Amino acid sequence: MTQDASATQPPALEMRGITKRYPGVVANDHIDLDVRRGEIHALLGENGAGKTTLMNVLYGLARPDEGRILLDGEPVEIAGPSDAIARGISMVHQHFMLIPVLSVAENVILGSETMSNRVFVDRAEASRRIGALAKSFGFALDPDAKVATLSVGQQQRVEILKALYRDARILVLDEPTAVLTPQETEEIFTLLRRLAADGRSIIFISHKLYEVLDIADRITVIRRGKVIGERRPRETTEKELAELMVGREVELTVDRGISHPGEPMLRVEGLRVADYRRHEAVSGATFEIRAGEILGVAGVAGNGQDELIEAIIGLRRSAGGHVILDGRDVTGFSPRRMNEAGTGYVPGDRHRFGLILAFPLYDNLVLTSYYRPPFAHWIVRDDKAILDSARAQVDRFDIRTPGVNVITSTLSGGNQQKVIVAREFDRSLKLLVLDQPTRGLDVGSIEFIHRQIIAKRDAGTAVLLVSAELDEVMEMSDRIAVMYRGRMVAEMDGRTADKSEVGLYMATGGREPATTEEGATP
Amino acid sequence: MNAIPEALNALPLIGILFQFLGYVAANVTFMSQTTVAVAVPVALAALCGAVCERSGVVNIGLEGIMLTAAFVGWLAGVFAVGMLGHGDPLPVFGITPPLLIGLAAAIGIGMLVSLLHAWLSISARVDQIIGGTIINIGAVGITGYLYSLVANQSLNGAGSFKALAVPKEVADFPLIGWLLNAVLAQGPIGILTIFLVIFLQIMLFRSRWGLRTRAAGEHPRAAETVGIDVIRLRYFNVVMAGALAALAGAWLSMEHGNRFDANMTAGRGFIGLAAMIVGRWTPLGAFGAALLFASATALSASLTISPPSGDLGNLTNQVPGEFWEALPYIITIVVLAGLIGRSIAPAADGVPYERESAT
Repeated sequence: MTQDASATQPPALEMRGITKRYPGVVANDHIDLDVRRGEIHALLGENGAGKTTLMNVLYGLARPDEGRILLDGEPVEIAGPSDAIARGISMVHQHFMLIPVLSVAENVILGSETMSNRVFVDRAEASRRIGALAKSFGFALDPDAKVATLSVGQQQRVEILKALYRDARILVLDEPTAVLTPQETEEIFTLLRRLAADGRSIIFISHKLYEVLDIADRITVIRRGKVIGERRPRETTEKELAELMVGREVELTVDRGISHPGEPMLRVEGLRVADYRRHEAVSGATFEIRAGEILGVAGVAGNGQDELIEAIIGLRRSAGGHVILDGRDVTGFSPRRMNEAGTGYVPGDRHRFGLILAFPLYDNLVLTSYYRPPFAHWIVRDDKAILDSARAQVDRFDIRTPGVNVITSTLSGGNQQKVIVAREFDRSLKLLVLDQPTRGLDVGSIEFIHRQIIAKRDAGTAVLLVSAELDEVMEMSDRIAVMYRGRMVAEMDGRTADKSEVGLYMATGGREPATTEEGATP
Repeated sequence: MNAIPEALNALPLIGILFQFLGYVAANVTFMSQTTVAVAVPVALAALCGAVCERSGVVNIGLEGIMLTAAFVGWLAGVFAVGMLGHGDPLPVFGITPPLLIGLAAAIGIGMLVSLLHAWLSISARVDQIIGGTIINIGAVGITGYLYSLVANQSLNGAGSFKALAVPKEVADFPLIGWLLNAVLAQGPIGILTIFLVIFLQIMLFRSRWGLRTRAAGEHPRAAETVGIDVIRLRYFNVVMAGALAALAGAWLSMEHGNRFDANMTAGRGFIGLAAMIVGRWTPLGAFGAALLFASATALSASLTISPPSGDLGNLTNQVPGEFWEALPYIITIVVLAGLIGRSIAPAADGVPYERESAT
């Protein structure tokens, strides 16, 4: 398509004055957005800025309070996802909308089934069509495989197949690269460019600046429910985009400084751990962290990281091997004993494991220490000591709250995470175990928490940082280990490590065949 | 050294085992027919549970639905007989107009009570176990009270459906005659149940409805994003499943017997739920489990009616009769305990679906 044609044609999608209010918040405040045919349009904004709400409005999952939507210049009413699909709009959600126990083909056709008559699904025909469609886009996908058996990258392809099967003209991708390896990200970018060249319009939601600059034709920045600006990648920089997004000057990466590692603090030797299905999830992990050192563990989610952490922290029984903390064998210690032995732990899911949301702030701040002095004397709580300590921590850790007796669920995600950080960091520690410590947080909170981690390291704590966000591992770690199918397959220096090399290990476990490794393990 | 004498000790046990197998073979016609009959209400309850839970709604209220349907079906039969008389029974199944009216009333009330459960658990988002318990307790109380008002009037019910008279040539067919007899010598609800098991097995795994039902029970939001109306689907499934539980109730008061007793379901709905779990939420598996549970009942019935002789007879005589009555429940507990953790429920089973997230 030539520039002239696109200038005279109405945009494929126009959203005019979209406003969506939730109790207490205006998620979208008169947002205007237009997307042309064949364009990759990035929607950039922090978590909670209103990107996802806007897309839910487009997809009929949320009804706007004001505003209208035009497709190819025609005003339309989108009352639900089926309306959106019928008009050629498809969405790849951040949390995949796939059903693990169903096959690839069943997931793709669901809602628009290939029928052999009015009642029965033609499964053979569906399988054949999905297989052919996958092949035409170069996806190596078995249409009859259960989705539960697929890797995250493959699952995303199934999501994209769902859109292609419905012949989507407008394709929305919500944070599609959050869980991918760099190689998978490159593959998906190639695919998106090809789809755009086909004349499809793509809305790409992200908060990763370099990716947006790489892939987008145009970038719209949203902050607190409003459109702040529109840029073209050639005319802007990461720094400018970050400032538009956050509304102030930000440091994009915290300077980790130079580490001065001391004696080995944590030694993990041949640790074996089974997952909840009793399959071996960690198969003989061996590594060491020295005092004053951050070891970052990279890996695609589900390669045994959760089980490794849970075994170290005492939440899960190990099937073999040893955990040695500061020269003492702590294998099989309960979480409380680990805590008393000088371990801090920030769990990956703060809502389920890190906090009791229905409790007030001050209770959450003493969850690991409520039973001992100064917070308790024999069986009696000392409320004054608890409140005093809570007030001091709220100040020191910059927790933005009206008071310490506020119910924790009413705080923002960033402040909730700061509550956990305050509880776990605010004493002298030997070991700090961090599972995705900044997942879903805004740039300001990420910056704060990263600084706290560096400070703990510099005070001589051994830090184990596990994250599916490769960027975080690359930025923070003094050393990087890659976990693949329950093993540490590679280890490298955090300063010199190459991102694509790490990505390669994440995706394949390294080029060495697995048999030689097994031979080497006693 | 002691191995051989100890092995000899086992000989009487082997003898008893052979006697037992011989006893079962001699009574196979009676026992197989009873097994299928006893399995009918349990299987229907299991089907009801599976249709609900596959779409994501836990329905422990099905015991109450069965009881209500049993009562209302019987009572409607009483009124119908009062107004129309018994009428001439058809040659097949002994069908009379009052019986059909009773059956229709049972199904109607079953769907209505199920609609209440659907509303409680889907729209009002009450905890589904509590919602079901309300229905169970309510059903016991209300039917028990209403029945006590009329119990001493010696009311004339609509009678009961008759079992199909299986021709002698079929029942004596070599090798599989007993099996054909067991399946065919049932009333209309019994035979319908066998069809329903096969029908629902095919529908659940081959039809569009089945695919969408399973999707709604596993990941309702995913189903919603491809344009499936999860709320409507769940309502449909729960109300339709109510008809299945109602058939189980009607079987109790109009096919197995011809009267109503307070709390006559006696936990069959819960055994049905156990059969559903053992059968991994599939109609065929649930039916298999229902047959297993029912075979224990059939065995105890057979032991009472025609007690075995010889050593086996001496042994069974020493066991109190209450043990045989408790046997189906014991088997249910043992089989369920063995399966805990291995039979996996639909992922969104019992979780109310909220259409729009608040954030």
